[in-house]
Amino acid sequence: MALMKVKFDLKKRVKLAQGLWLMYWFAVMAGVLVFSMGLFFKIELRKRSEMMDNNESHFVPNLLILMGVLACGINAFGGKICYDSLDPTKFSKWKSVLKPFLVACLIFNVLLFITAFLCFSLRLALQFTLAEGLRNSMKYYKDTDTPGRCFMKKTLDMMQMEFRCCGNENYRDWFEIQWVSNRYLDFSAKEVKDRIHSNVDGQYLMDGVPFSCCNPSSPRPCIQYQVTNNSAHYSYDHHTEELNIWKRGCRDAMVSYYGGLMNTIGALVLLVTALEVGVMVGLQYVNTSLTTLVNPEDPESESEGWLLEKSVKETFTDIMEKMKAMGKGNQVEEGGEAQAVATVS
Amino acid sequence: MLTAVCSTFPHTRVSGPEPSPPSRFADCSRLCTWCAFLSHKLLLGQQYYSPLRALSPSSLPNTTTSSPTPTQPPRNKAHKKSKRKMAVLKVKFTKNKRDKLAQVLWVLNWVSVVTGIILFGLGLFLKVEINKRRELMSDREIHSVPNMLIAVGLIACGINFLGGKICYDCVDTTKFLRWKLLMLPYIICTFFFTFCILVGALMCYTMRNELEESLFLGLRDAMRYYKDTDMPGRCFLKRTVDMLQIQFQCCGNGGFRDWFQIQWISNRYLDMSRREVVDRLRSNVEGKYLMDGVPFSCCNIYSPRPCIQYQITNNSAHFNYDYQTEELNLWRQGCRQALLEYYTQIMQSIGLTVLIIWLFELSVLTGVRYLQTAMENVLRQGDPDSESDGWLLENSFVETARTNFNIIKNLGKCNQIDTTNNGDPNIDVPSTAHYGPDNVLPKQIPVVS
Repeated sequence: MALMKVKFDLKKRVKLAQGLWLMYWFAVMAGVLVFSMGLFFKIELRKRSEMMDNNESHFVPNLLILMGVLACGINAFGGKICYDSLDPTKFSKWKSVLKPFLVACLIFNVLLFITAFLCFSLRLALQFTLAEGLRNSMKYYKDTDTPGRCFMKKTLDMMQMEFRCCGNENYRDWFEIQWVSNRYLDFSAKEVKDRIHSNVDGQYLMDGVPFSCCNPSSPRPCIQYQVTNNSAHYSYDHHTEELNIWKRGCRDAMVSYYGGLMNTIGALVLLVTALEVGVMVGLQYVNTSLTTLVNPEDPESESEGWLLEKSVKETFTDIMEKMKAMGKGNQVEEGGEAQAVATVS
Repeated sequence: MLTAVCSTFPHTRVSGPEPSPPSRFADCSRLCTWCAFLSHKLLLGQQYYSPLRALSPSSLPNTTTSSPTPTQPPRNKAHKKSKRKMAVLKVKFTKNKRDKLAQVLWVLNWVSVVTGIILFGLGLFLKVEINKRRELMSDREIHSVPNMLIAVGLIACGINFLGGKICYDCVDTTKFLRWKLLMLPYIICTFFFTFCILVGALMCYTMRNELEESLFLGLRDAMRYYKDTDMPGRCFLKRTVDMLQIQFQCCGNGGFRDWFQIQWISNRYLDMSRREVVDRLRSNVEGKYLMDGVPFSCCNIYSPRPCIQYQITNNSAHFNYDYQTEELNLWRQGCRQALLEYYTQIMQSIGLTVLIIWLFELSVLTGVRYLQTAMENVLRQGDPDSESDGWLLENSFVETARTNFNIIKNLGKCNQIDTTNNGDPNIDVPSTAHYGPDNVLPKQIPVVS
């Protein structure tokens, strides 16, 4: 009733062990790949942590780094076991370790699968972080004289030019904040005083955007001030003008950038998980084929290998019973002790 | 006896034993075969005496000590002495050393093939970089440098591949015979080819002036056509110039004032009914709308205040602004300077790499020359396992140069008409050829009329 039983002779066993050893080396390299991807993603997040208010969660890249290191270690160990399995004397010292090792591999694969799933779902969390972070960054755009925030203007300008975006959701976000510092406003001018009085917070709001919102592909020189005022510019209609400034919001742009990155990393981690499951199955076959030799003294005899000793259902019920027995074992001991204590006294 | 010994040396030329320059050939079309003969003469000098060296009394006790021609012996002995003294950088080679040299050279030749590929790659990279910004450069000779590098890289691959094959065969003396004739021309060709590599490296360093001129004209034209976004063929210049200024953090050709001298706003976006516009257009000779403003791409992102791109020189137009002291508002560097620095950096690294490759090729060539001379001497001595000498030049530089010069002079004479008869080729002049050992004219056959 064993699951997926396969007959093995010496030649087949040797071939399996050699092939598996090679696959384990590929798996080690895959582990290094996962580690480096985690590192790369961590660096990318840190590069733009100012946009996210230094609030972003580094959980996923840290998990990827940990998984990469674990994968390297586990696969190197598995490769050593495979290499030794060709020699019966060397293999005998690993026999006792093999079963717990396989269980550990199984748990590791499950964790790897969960990591891949987390990668795909990071997008949503990032959206909220970015929305909050960008709003605050735009608020501090004008504070180039405040220590700690004096580079916010430069960072925001570079980001808008690099990602080809303007504002948080779109360019109108710039209309709602004061992005011109008071140091450069002439408070004696009537126009300035009017604007400041015209809103509750006393902020200098205007329908203008910074120069980094300008689109170089526009056929005409950039219109960044009085964007909504058609009469201020010749032959201009701000409803139909599409190429003047970037229409996309920076939150969308960055979410799609990071989302694309995470999708790629998640797909690669899934492939690595598949590889790990493959080598685990191979190791199980190596283990069972070497423990069921027809003639234990003769290394060249035939043997059988399987995935599970009994069918899936039976294995499952076995495990449940074992766990119940372990639990009952504790209870019986307690009862026995109480009795023993009672009889003594 | 002599001819019998001579025939054991398959490379021996039996045609011209005399040391004097070759007699004039009536037919100069035999130059091809003559070149091989010539190349042997040029660098090996008088090695045609070397088979006769083996015939000297010390090596062959049975032969008579008579020399092939009456004029030979004193010259031969004196020449032997001078040869021993004057060979340039002579090195003794045992059989082992020769084999090792051949193997090492085989490996080095393959490494040289890789360096040839590297040269090709560098040329290709430079060509791509120049092509990327060809809209900003006017048509000039700047493409000659990457083309040269590409050609040199390909030829280097070919030459070193052949060299590797030759060196591989040099371990075996029988196989070497196949390549014997080809080796000396190969070495000479490679020697001249290394000059090409050197020229390529030097061109990298001298390209700067051409590039500066090209960039100056190219950028000036690009800025002039900045506003022509509706003309096919020029509609992307605005975007190119804007992206250039943003990426290289520069403004204008030599500085931001260059934008003050051209009209960079298209007439389509100028309201001709306004008085201010009409005034500006009238205020200069060519009717251009000039102003003290720059495009947005000139704005410096490190500026603490929002970018001032219009009315730059007008202090009163902006609050708390002095354009003389304001340094962070716009990019101060000119785009010509920025691009020049960028390309100069690339070309300096490429030039350095090419120089290193040149030195490597030269050393490989020296090794091949030593191998060639050692193998030839071994064949001359007859015993493939014996020791032999290898050198760079058989005689000293001066001697070699003199003999070369004489040969080239006489080569030139081949083309000249005999001027002793006042240039008239029709006069019958009795020839001064030797007609055998007695020098008797052959009997004249009576012509039957």
